[in-house]
Amino acid sequence: MEHEEAAHEGPLAQFTIKRLIDLPDIFGIDADFTNSALFMLISVVAITWFLMAATRGGNLVPGRLQSLAEASYGLIASALRDNVGPEGKKYFPFIFSLFMFILFANFIGLIPVPGSFTVTSHIIVTFALAFFIFIAVTIIGLWRHKLHFFSLFLPAGVPIYLAPLLVPIEIIGYLTRPISLSVRLAANMLAGHTMLEVFAGFIIALGIFGFAPFIFVVAIYGLEVIVAFLQAYVFAVLTCLYLSDAINLHKH
Amino acid sequence: MTDDEPSQPPDKPPRDLGDFGDRLRRAQGEREQSQGPASGVNSRGMGMAFRMATELVAALLVGGGIGWFLDRWLETRPWLLLVFLALGMAAGTLNAFREAKRMEGSGDG
Repeated sequence: MEHEEAAHEGPLAQFTIKRLIDLPDIFGIDADFTNSALFMLISVVAITWFLMAATRGGNLVPGRLQSLAEASYGLIASALRDNVGPEGKKYFPFIFSLFMFILFANFIGLIPVPGSFTVTSHIIVTFALAFFIFIAVTIIGLWRHKLHFFSLFLPAGVPIYLAPLLVPIEIIGYLTRPISLSVRLAANMLAGHTMLEVFAGFIIALGIFGFAPFIFVVAIYGLEVIVAFLQAYVFAVLTCLYLSDAINLHKH
Repeated sequence: MTDDEPSQPPDKPPRDLGDFGDRLRRAQGEREQSQGPASGVNSRGMGMAFRMATELVAALLVGGGIGWFLDRWLETRPWLLLVFLALGMAAGTLNAFREAKRMEGSGDG
């Protein structure tokens, strides 16, 4: 608790986890309702509201909200079609939920209100998502191709005497996926929000000359909006690619 | 509105809807052309660089981690760590190379 007090000031204070509601531990696991959980809940509620409101009309010529929903649907549907092929269609609900959750968590974290929190800036959140994808994709691959799945680790046309060197490299490359996937998203969010807060601190400190960092913060904020979208999209596309590897092996 | 004025029949599209399709197609063609490598270079390039960097670092970490645990388990410190760091480096380069090839092919950042 005193740790939270100590980190009250400074650009990293925005990332502290605060307990909001004390709940009993579940099997010895701390299950308190934190601000992170609150913002996940807000994201999910916002997504549900957005999609319900957007599709309620069901107009042939979409309004603003409906065309936003259709654009996000089309984005993920085409990413899945281009990367996985027709086989990928049944994984659409998962990829779309993933994309929307990350997108909304990123955007909601950018809203500058006191106590604002970016769920995806914590590596444990993104790693949980990435690790789940990793396990799921491996199981899908094993289930579809049985032992043939392991041919993923030996590129076709490689001379057999290179296999002892290449197979470990490919396996390490495969194991790297959840790490790079989660680090990329969390580090982007962490860096962007820290930079925003650092330069926002300069505005007050510089007094009359504060307009210079202020302009900079506005520009960075615009960049962060792009990054928030781009990272959610990249996460979804890479998930599609991993899925494609598991489904199509290298025949692509 | 008087009767002799040619009001639009409800079952036929208005006249300018026909060339609307042409205009739309032309606009889409223009947009595709303008979406070459020149547009949005800054944020896209930064994103690309960042992805390469994470790929390299993550593979190095995974390789090092595997080596470190194997070393502790087999008590061969520090040899497996060195071997797996090298393998991790190779894996990171391979991943980054594949990603670069893919980005070049599809063009999306």
